[in-house]
Amino acid sequence: MRVVTLRRVWTAAGTRIGGRDLVYAGLLLLPFVLMIATLMIGLYGISIENVTRALLSPVFPGLADGLSQTEITLVLRIRLPRVLSAVLIGAALASTGVAFQGIFKNPLVDSNLLGVTSGAGFGAALALLIGGTTIVVQGFAFGFGLLAVSLAYLGSRLYSTAPMIVLTLMGILIGSFFGSLTSLMKYIADPLNTLPAITFWLLGGLTGVTWNSVPILALLTVLGSFFLWLVRWRLNILSLGDAEAATLGMNPNRLKLSIIVCATLMTAAAVAVGGVIGWIGLVIPHAGRIIVGPDHKRLIPASLALGASFLLLIDTVSRTLLPTEVPIGILTGLIGVPLLIVLLRRNRTGW
Amino acid sequence: MSRMLEASDITHAYTAGVPVLRGISLTLEPGTILYLLGRNGCGKTTLMQCLSGALKPTSGQIALDGRDIHTYTSTERAQRIGLIPQLHTPAFAYTVREMILMGRAPHLGLFGTPSKADYVVADDALASVGLAHYRDRPYTQLSGGERQLVLIARGLAQQCRVLLMDEPDSHLDLNNQQRVMEIVARLAAEGLSFIVTSHVPNNALTYAHRVLLMKAGRALSYGDPAYTLTELLLSEAYDMETEVIYETAGGSRTARAILPKRRAS
Repeated sequence: MRVVTLRRVWTAAGTRIGGRDLVYAGLLLLPFVLMIATLMIGLYGISIENVTRALLSPVFPGLADGLSQTEITLVLRIRLPRVLSAVLIGAALASTGVAFQGIFKNPLVDSNLLGVTSGAGFGAALALLIGGTTIVVQGFAFGFGLLAVSLAYLGSRLYSTAPMIVLTLMGILIGSFFGSLTSLMKYIADPLNTLPAITFWLLGGLTGVTWNSVPILALLTVLGSFFLWLVRWRLNILSLGDAEAATLGMNPNRLKLSIIVCATLMTAAAVAVGGVIGWIGLVIPHAGRIIVGPDHKRLIPASLALGASFLLLIDTVSRTLLPTEVPIGILTGLIGVPLLIVLLRRNRTGW
Repeated sequence: MSRMLEASDITHAYTAGVPVLRGISLTLEPGTILYLLGRNGCGKTTLMQCLSGALKPTSGQIALDGRDIHTYTSTERAQRIGLIPQLHTPAFAYTVREMILMGRAPHLGLFGTPSKADYVVADDALASVGLAHYRDRPYTQLSGGERQLVLIARGLAQQCRVLLMDEPDSHLDLNNQQRVMEIVARLAAEGLSFIVTSHVPNNALTYAHRVLLMKAGRALSYGDPAYTLTELLLSEAYDMETEVIYETAGGSRTARAILPKRRAS
């Protein structure tokens, strides 16, 4: 606290800005800086000037003069869709993790609580087993992700008391049901080519992501994030529990259901494109709380930025560390755990 | 005198045929503290839920500012009546100020966030419970008494005229009970009304303007503390022998303490 006071500065308008405000502003800018930086990095390094010129060349064709075709192709056709996907998926998984932890009043859950990722995993495995193309795999993953959560919701409607607890239990049940189905797919899959494909998909990765996957992912992530951003302050109140939210004049169940629908669509889209990328939705919210505090007014934007930055960083390491790609599911833990331990040391306020 | 909250002949049954409240009536006037006393399971909590509008009684009417409480939207109701829950630990370590700002919820739109004016209201509320210096502390690190005061401040930030308090004296030491209740008494003197459930009859003796003594869902007695807090009625309400100690000065007799009587061995 004392450190923050010392760092306080005054703006021209006379309002006080604390150190925390500067950290928050910096955090929000981080994904944009990292996007430029990671577009430069790869087996073929490109200067910041050439990256900028390549990025702007669709709008100002004159800027492409002097750039090699390789550089334009690398930036616009290969790296940009991948960078954008990493940013969108990271932002979606982290912000939906925050939203789920808030509405379920539990800092140990993520948006897979109701089975969306497990359902998507099965959908993808099934599509790979029947030899589906990328579009089919993504479509199946998305569809089965939504199906799993719908089943959990319908199952919970069979009981009228304690709906959130029954919903959580149903989610866990449906999730493990689809987990078993995925194992069944792996068991019957051809061990030479289909099984590795399923395994790689379940480890998550953005290898071979093209522009085709970006529009729907971007649409759902942007719209979903916008909704979470709109209700961000209400998440504080929902996190106190239904009874207290009701005495503060809210209808907690209606808003929670909207948030679940929104988060499920976002997560399903993210998983459909990136495969099963665990960890981010669980841990980035904690990192966000350590940096900006538990108030969702800042935590939602901060988690969007942190999740985007983190997955972008991980994906860049994944495609540059070794001559072959390292699956993201391996790196999130290897890089994320030490990072979080460092952050935890700074944590003074608890959760 | 206007009546802020008026309940007439409230009966409620969670299961048909098993009423937990039977024909309760009460009137809350501005600036008064009403204590609900009675044994565990006598219906205090259910009555509180009915009075807060969260629960619709099976029969009977509850009027808030002269209008049926169920004709208000939940937001409108929360602008008039607030509930201070029993002490609990939230899942996340919000600062004291963030907790109090949540009281502004009924005054903001669904997509709204607190404005500068809301921060002023919240900080004023915090100052009036004497905890201004705790503004940026995590709520989860406060002591029980301090948390109770922060929850009262949240009720103040809600700017309602009736506050329902669910056992504000449980889990608090004698000092903190006094600290909390003195602030409640001061706020009542400023015009706010309180309904307080409690298991400490002595606090009712000290702070209540009205007492509703309940037994098995019925009102055993309702009215002035001098009239309700008697040995006879308390013994009946708690199913045990009690003793009320009086102080006599200048020809008038004032009850000063309620004590359990030792059982003959």
